[in-house]
Amino acid sequence: MQTFLYSRPTSLDQAVMAGAKSKTAQQYADVRFIAGGTTLVDLMKLDVERPNQLVDINALPLAQIDTAPGGGLVIGAMARNAAVAHHPAVQRDYPVLSQALLSGASPQLRNMATTGGNLLQRTRCVYLRDTAHACNKRTPGTGCSAIGGHNRMLAILGTSKDCIASNPSDQNVALTALEATIQVQGAKGRRSIRIEEFYLKPGATPNRENVLEPGDLIVSVTLPPPAPGARSYYLKLRDRAAYEFALASAGVVVGVSGGRIHHVRVALGGLGTVPWRSHEAEHVLQSQTASPAVFRRAAEAALKDAQPASENGFKVELAKRCIVRALTTSTQAG
Amino acid sequence: MPTERKPSSAPDVPEEPQNDTVEQQLPFRLSRRSFLSHLGAAGLAATAPPVFAATATAEAPATGHASTAADTVPVTLTVNGKTHKLQLDPRTTLLDCLRENLNLPGTKKGCDHGQCGACTVHVNGQRVNSCLSFAVMHTHDEITTIEGIGQPDHLHPMQAAFVAHDGFQCGYCTSGQIMSAVALLKEPVGPSDEDVKQAMYGNICRCGAYPNIVAAVQAGRRSA
Repeated sequence: MQTFLYSRPTSLDQAVMAGAKSKTAQQYADVRFIAGGTTLVDLMKLDVERPNQLVDINALPLAQIDTAPGGGLVIGAMARNAAVAHHPAVQRDYPVLSQALLSGASPQLRNMATTGGNLLQRTRCVYLRDTAHACNKRTPGTGCSAIGGHNRMLAILGTSKDCIASNPSDQNVALTALEATIQVQGAKGRRSIRIEEFYLKPGATPNRENVLEPGDLIVSVTLPPPAPGARSYYLKLRDRAAYEFALASAGVVVGVSGGRIHHVRVALGGLGTVPWRSHEAEHVLQSQTASPAVFRRAAEAALKDAQPASENGFKVELAKRCIVRALTTSTQAG
Repeated sequence: MPTERKPSSAPDVPEEPQNDTVEQQLPFRLSRRSFLSHLGAAGLAATAPPVFAATATAEAPATGHASTAADTVPVTLTVNGKTHKLQLDPRTTLLDCLRENLNLPGTKKGCDHGQCGACTVHVNGQRVNSCLSFAVMHTHDEITTIEGIGQPDHLHPMQAAFVAHDGFQCGYCTSGQIMSAVALLKEPVGPSDEDVKQAMYGNICRCGAYPNIVAAVQAGRRSA
């Protein structure tokens, strides 16, 4: 591990100023904020991240979970995954988020990992993690070892010829289905970013994963008020029943009245290069009568543009069944 | 010849000749544990400070950053109720600090990447993987290790339950298992064995002692 300078600012301004000295906020950022450490320390041990400065943000007052002024919920960036998952308002109004968080990692990791850190969770693609292999995300221009390599876990949606790494987060699938916004404090002030606009598909620059610039510090995530009459649900399919990343997952928010779907949001995990919002599935479902046939049509639409690699073709049908089952479960009576 | 041999249980007559054991080759007597922990920390050089001190400080960064005393940071850690003032390389994880700097080897290093749970300790009462944060980040925290949970003459009820139910085989994962089990006493965990399995899945047991671990945790929950 490369050595680093350590600082622990006590104000947001100090933290942003320290972060703003970085040349990038993306891969190989020379200044990194550290919160729970569960991704960053892991990658620093592998030499995949080599910051020469760590800015510890654990002293910043960002762990609160509060009701938003116009309804909804504001989750502080430093709120731990366990605290969010067990928060009464989250369990009552946003069960998809609680379920997603509790399906990820381990109890110990959930006590450490934060809301803001989870937003920036890195891919589990083995080639990013192994500096002996080429990886366009880690070192642009070196090539993608996953295409034609070990890619069973990797993405089938939003891929490019340069990168097929999947986004591994469960939290971010739920936040996408809930249409969360992300509040960022930067050198030029504060701004709010819709989660769908936060992540960047790999394209020709897989080393750029999100819109953050040097100094940008995620301070909170805001959930809009729960959709009236809607229920939410997270279904995660994986190789083991626990402690494993998703092969396919679906976070859905669905409202049905008189048999008709009046509100629907569909997000997918383990399948996309970014947390994947399926407007195509929502378009098929909106205003239709909830039925297995409609759910299947929605699933077909969601996977229409899927581009599997050599080992993950099974994900296409798995994903469709995942969507159908998530919609079925969330629209059942009771 | 059997008749020429003393019974192997005789405490003061070793079966093996002593003159080529590791302990006798060293300049002073070391327990197995302190010998191994010195080896782990800095190799054999650490056992002979006057000659090898320079070697010991020159270990690490091969990346062009010279390691000098100025590269260390002051760290104050409160572990098992006792406050320690240390001067550490900022890269020292909480796990390595506990084992190598504070001589608390009950916390184990397994995968060192947050995947096995062997390094589980409590930070402010909550269980965490001590391998995934730096010691310097914990200046303001209360840390509890297995040594602070109980000792051989006054075991925590959960430790006693692991003994009573044989909740281990090799024992390497056990301190992490017990730290998780003690933490879940204060977590929202349901009453069933299935609930316990869910709450304990962050602790891997390579020997596969899981049925006994679940039984131990359930017994520990009843008696704690």
